[in-house]
Amino acid sequence: MRFLDEAFRLKSGLAEMLKGGVIMDVTNAEQAVIAEKAGAAAVMALERVPADIRKEGGVARMAPISKIREIMAAVSIPVMAKARIGHFMEAQVLEALKVDYIDESEVLTPADEEHHIDKRAFKTPFVCGARNLGEALRRIAEGAAMIRTKGEAGSGNIVEAVRHIRTIVKEMKQLTVLGHEELVAESKKLQAPLELVEWVAEHGKLPVPNFSAGGIATPADAALVMQLGAEAVFVGSGIFKSNDPEARAKAIVKAATYFKDPAKLLEASEELGVGMFGLDVAKLPESELLQTRGW
Amino acid sequence: MPKVGVLALQGDFEAHRRALESAGADAVEVRTAAGLNEVDALVIPGGESTTMLKLIEAEHLFEPLRQFGQTKPVFGTCAGAILLAREVLSPQQQSLGLVDLTVERNAYGRQIDSRIVTLHPEPASHLPGNLEAVFIRAPIIRRTGAAVTVLASYGGHPVLIEQGRHLIATFHPELTPDASIHRLFLAKVTQG
Repeated sequence: MRFLDEAFRLKSGLAEMLKGGVIMDVTNAEQAVIAEKAGAAAVMALERVPADIRKEGGVARMAPISKIREIMAAVSIPVMAKARIGHFMEAQVLEALKVDYIDESEVLTPADEEHHIDKRAFKTPFVCGARNLGEALRRIAEGAAMIRTKGEAGSGNIVEAVRHIRTIVKEMKQLTVLGHEELVAESKKLQAPLELVEWVAEHGKLPVPNFSAGGIATPADAALVMQLGAEAVFVGSGIFKSNDPEARAKAIVKAATYFKDPAKLLEASEELGVGMFGLDVAKLPESELLQTRGW
Repeated sequence: MPKVGVLALQGDFEAHRRALESAGADAVEVRTAAGLNEVDALVIPGGESTTMLKLIEAEHLFEPLRQFGQTKPVFGTCAGAILLAREVLSPQQQSLGLVDLTVERNAYGRQIDSRIVTLHPEPASHLPGNLEAVFIRAPIIRRTGAAVTVLASYGGHPVLIEQGRHLIATFHPELTPDASIHRLFLAKVTQG
């Protein structure tokens, strides 16, 4: 199958190595070092964390190259960076810079309202956001080697990440009981290639690692989405917008490992103060939602 | 049937569990010192060695792991190799020191330099003549101690080695369908 060729196996192979880990948003070398010391499995370089993008508005772009370089020089763990949806030029620049993973992200302002990046054309692996199975499979068909739920970035509210992981897991379960002619119909409904729909129906999971993002602010949030089926978590504003970034980062790392163990979760949460200020996503106007970007 | 633990702090422990099962072992995930007492051998998987090290420190697993390795077989792949080595470079970091190696982290470069290659193991290893090996942000073994036997090399560096009951791969045998390296480890476990 084309999507499981050698190049693809290397791309999703790195995602395999990140399982059970926490990928933390950072905007400079100092934050990257805090993240690495706390046990982050990777860091995500970006211009502003989602909570600030939300507050300040304006166009959110790929991070400045000098910042990404500074972060790459400061840590030994993988460094990811975000490119705008459809902005293949930002992605080419990030590949030339040799970042380890590119996030084609709805957190940044989309550059193309019809096309996502042709991710197969790259040697660098891509992660993309998804709210449902159709979106996830369309991104995989374009070459994404890792999927993360979109949640609602910068909200500090876990409700959307929960909705998205539950939706994807349920839609996958449903495929496993369908007959072949039903899968053909389902492939049209999901607007996703039949071979991917068949793969999911046979295995009951995505052909790439399935992580969670968008609203994780506490160790319990991280453990919740992992119990619901996420294999690792991305934490954006939740760490550096809290009043205790170092302790919180460490606690979320512990939660990602011991997500089935409430006693360990209690230990992880014990020392923490107040988390980032959260937003009621239901009260956000449609125009302020980040999750509806991408198609 | 030998009971083999997979250290499941972080990384591709699930892939190892599947590989061990297909090689005929009873595989369980280990996250605590109590879990170590339940198994005959241990696999330390691929992942981020710094993340695993932080969790090993925070959960006071350093000594229990060292003691486990004094008497029982341990198999480390990639990050697991880094954790088992005597000395780690680039940057220097703490390790269990159970195998007499010096390893340099991320020595091939970044993800774009990750690769799949065909290895030709030493005949004495009794492994298949052509073995697919997946290297992901892999370390390079820069020095091997006198007790170390090299089972396979790539680009002039050892990539699969054994030292007594311990086995180390700088690549990821758990990401290929061929379970022959996991069977080699199980043979060590059953030989005691």
